[in-house]
Amino acid sequence: MAAPFALDDDSVVVIVGSGAGGGTLGNELAQQGIDTVILEAGGRHEIADFVNNEWEMFGKISWLDARTTSGSWRVAHDFPGLPAWIVKAVGGSTVHWAGASLRFQAHEFRARSEYGAVHGANLLDWPLTLEELEPYYDRAEDKMGVTGTHGIPRLPGNNNYKVMAAGAERLGYTKYHTGNMAINSQPRDGRGSCLQIGFCFQGCRSGAKWSTLYTEIPNGEDTGHLEVRSQCQVLQIDHDDTGRVTGVVYADADGVQQRQKARVVCVAGNSIESPRLLLNSASAMFPDGLANSSGQVGRNYMRHMTGSVYAVFDKPVNMYRGTTMAGIIQDEAHLDPARGFVGGYEMETLSLGVPFMAAFLDPGGWGRDFAWAMDHYDHMAGMWLVGEDMPQETNRITLHPEVKDQHGLPAPDVHFDDHQNDIRMRAHAFAQGSAVYEAAGALKTYHTPPYPSTHNLGTCRMSERPEDGVVNKWGQTHDIPNLFVSDGSQFTTGGAENPTLTIVTLAIRQAEHIGREMAAGNL
Amino acid sequence: MRTIDKRLRVSRRRFLASGTATAAGVGAVAGGAVVIAPAGSWAESPANLSPEAASTLLKMARDIFPHDALDDSYYQRAIGGYDAEAAEDADLKAMIEDGTAALNTRAQARHGAAYADIENEDDRVGLLHEIETTPLFRKLRADLVVSLYNQTEVWQRLGYEGPSADQGGYINRGFDDLDWL
Ligand SMILES: Cc1cc2nc3c(=O)[nH]c(=O)nc-3n(C[C@H](O)[C@H](O)[C@H](O)COP(=O)(O)OP(=O)(O)OC[C@H]3O[C@@H](n4cnc5c(N)ncnc54)[C@H](O)[C@@H]3O)c2cc1C
Ligand code: SF4
Repeated sequence: MAAPFALDDDSVVVIVGSGAGGGTLGNELAQQGIDTVILEAGGRHEIADFVNNEWEMFGKISWLDARTTSGSWRVAHDFPGLPAWIVKAVGGSTVHWAGASLRFQAHEFRARSEYGAVHGANLLDWPLTLEELEPYYDRAEDKMGVTGTHGIPRLPGNNNYKVMAAGAERLGYTKYHTGNMAINSQPRDGRGSCLQIGFCFQGCRSGAKWSTLYTEIPNGEDTGHLEVRSQCQVLQIDHDDTGRVTGVVYADADGVQQRQKARVVCVAGNSIESPRLLLNSASAMFPDGLANSSGQVGRNYMRHMTGSVYAVFDKPVNMYRGTTMAGIIQDEAHLDPARGFVGGYEMETLSLGVPFMAAFLDPGGWGRDFAWAMDHYDHMAGMWLVGEDMPQETNRITLHPEVKDQHGLPAPDVHFDDHQNDIRMRAHAFAQGSAVYEAAGALKTYHTPPYPSTHNLGTCRMSERPEDGVVNKWGQTHDIPNLFVSDGSQFTTGGAENPTLTIVTLAIRQAEHIGREMAAGNL
Repeated sequence: MRTIDKRLRVSRRRFLASGTATAAGVGAVAGGAVVIAPAGSWAESPANLSPEAASTLLKMARDIFPHDALDDSYYQRAIGGYDAEAAEDADLKAMIEDGTAALNTRAQARHGAAYADIENEDDRVGLLHEIETTPLFRKLRADLVVSLYNQTEVWQRLGYEGPSADQGGYINRGFDDLDWL
């Protein structure tokens, strides 16, 4: 049967969310001829709706439903109602992402074995190896057109990159380049090449940057096997008395509740909404929420060790011109406990426009020093620091006892405390970031604290044994065979790398598994 | 490399078309471009707030984000919404009136002048530090960080070119023209 599908059609696979995980999975299933419905809470904003304006785009497509924060992390102080920067729209956060696409390193899949027991950390090895994932990484990179892979040339370096590269060279670093970016450096896959517009975080007006919005989703729809229903927010997952899921309840664009039947349900709402949905689906049979026999749903929330370094030079940089994040130093990404921490970090170019720079450079800051920095905006270069943070059981998404969202459901509380390892890594990264810019001649450097989380991971983690995590190596929940998790929530540990390439890789692999299991009559 | 002229020069056409500019007067024509002159000063003739509150707010705004290159009109625009909001929102009005009055009482006691009349910037900033945790200060700072820095005209004065897609991006306009390293 061709899309659209009926509400009572119980042969469809239902996917919650249309971002990196959900959008990719939907297309991959549709390509196999599997009828699939993606329910997406946000609206459908095509490229023509994108504007080169930071606050306007933020207001238009961010996830702004009620959320609360707790814990000692700086974000809870600076942005108490906005723990994460996530997109609520068809395409999910791939509309706003920067495109940095790095593979995990082999040892990062074996964090517990490689790092040993780290006090307070709930480390675990992935039930997967880099070797097993390599063929799928290949497919993901090819799909997304990642520069520096598969013979695709790297992007040209912009001014912000030039400054970082000069500092890196003078400091003796050797692994720096313009990155592995899911941004066309030449026309590919029916999309043009990067015009160096410089608003990657606001949606790419040229379509050069990969987003499920205008790649996976239309490709899937073209098969007739994929239907994407926008402005449909899933509120609850249903199950029968055998403990298998049977469909979902969602609120449609008019706020009317609908029930979509399903043969398989895949949750890909990003790592705050996915566990929240499982918890909000608690029933008499599953009083602690779905797929939560391990008690790990919502726990081990990771957001990467992050921070930014901005530097002012005596001559203009104009860092905002061109790609937001096409530049990387990888010399600190390896494992070297002699630095005082386990795991590694990446240094990536980053630019914010004046409106976001004012809001994020020094949250709460004011006065002459602050104004001086803003007066030198055009003389600034910037980088983002992103490294592996430690999973901790107490860093978690819970249902708030009082605060409710617009549908009357408990809002998620995001609790986070930095681990000592995160703090030591951040201190090291700040010092190295400053050293890079000082080597390039910086007059002054700024250490900017973390932004609301853009990398949200780990809240339904993968594990070999059902008691250690929520899903198996296919993203299938240990407890409920026809319930899958298909986004960054699956990550057992975070690695140093930006997560999306791995999310897409896992989605491709999961789609193959679901197809195989359906053909074998197991799903 | 192509650098930005941070002095404010906008073409007459763009100037007249832009919504925020309508409140401001058009000043002398310099070198073919129109230079923005201060608007008919809102702070001097508020409709709902007291003149003292308005002038105190304006000086506070300048002292919170002091950019010597920006004249008062930018700050007036940034706080311009409060007067109308105060008509609708009694709590806001009270917060502004009471908060600025308290600051002026403090200013009189310490320096013998209303806040806006204290000559020495360090003296004024010292007072602001004392009230840093008050609701008025926090609100004003949090609002200003958006309402001041989200003005297109301010972008140019800070050397930020803003939207670029309609001009074809920076691929041919200097994305990699840095030449001083
Ligand atoms: C500014 C920015 C820059 C970034 N840059 C990079 C980068 O360079 N490299 C990188 O690897 N990553 C980057 N990221 C992170 C990247 O965007 C995410 O890792 C990735 O998109 C996560 O994929 P996902 O499928 O888990 O979730 P998302 O892509 O966020 O998609 C989740 C979708 O689910 C929907 N949804 C949630 N709950 C429900 C519900 N109950 N019912 C229906 N729909 C629901 C949401 O509306 C959303 O559309 C960036 C993120 C941001 C915000
Ligand atoms: S810089 Fe390139 S990738 Fe980024 S928004 Fe512009 S065209 Fe797209």
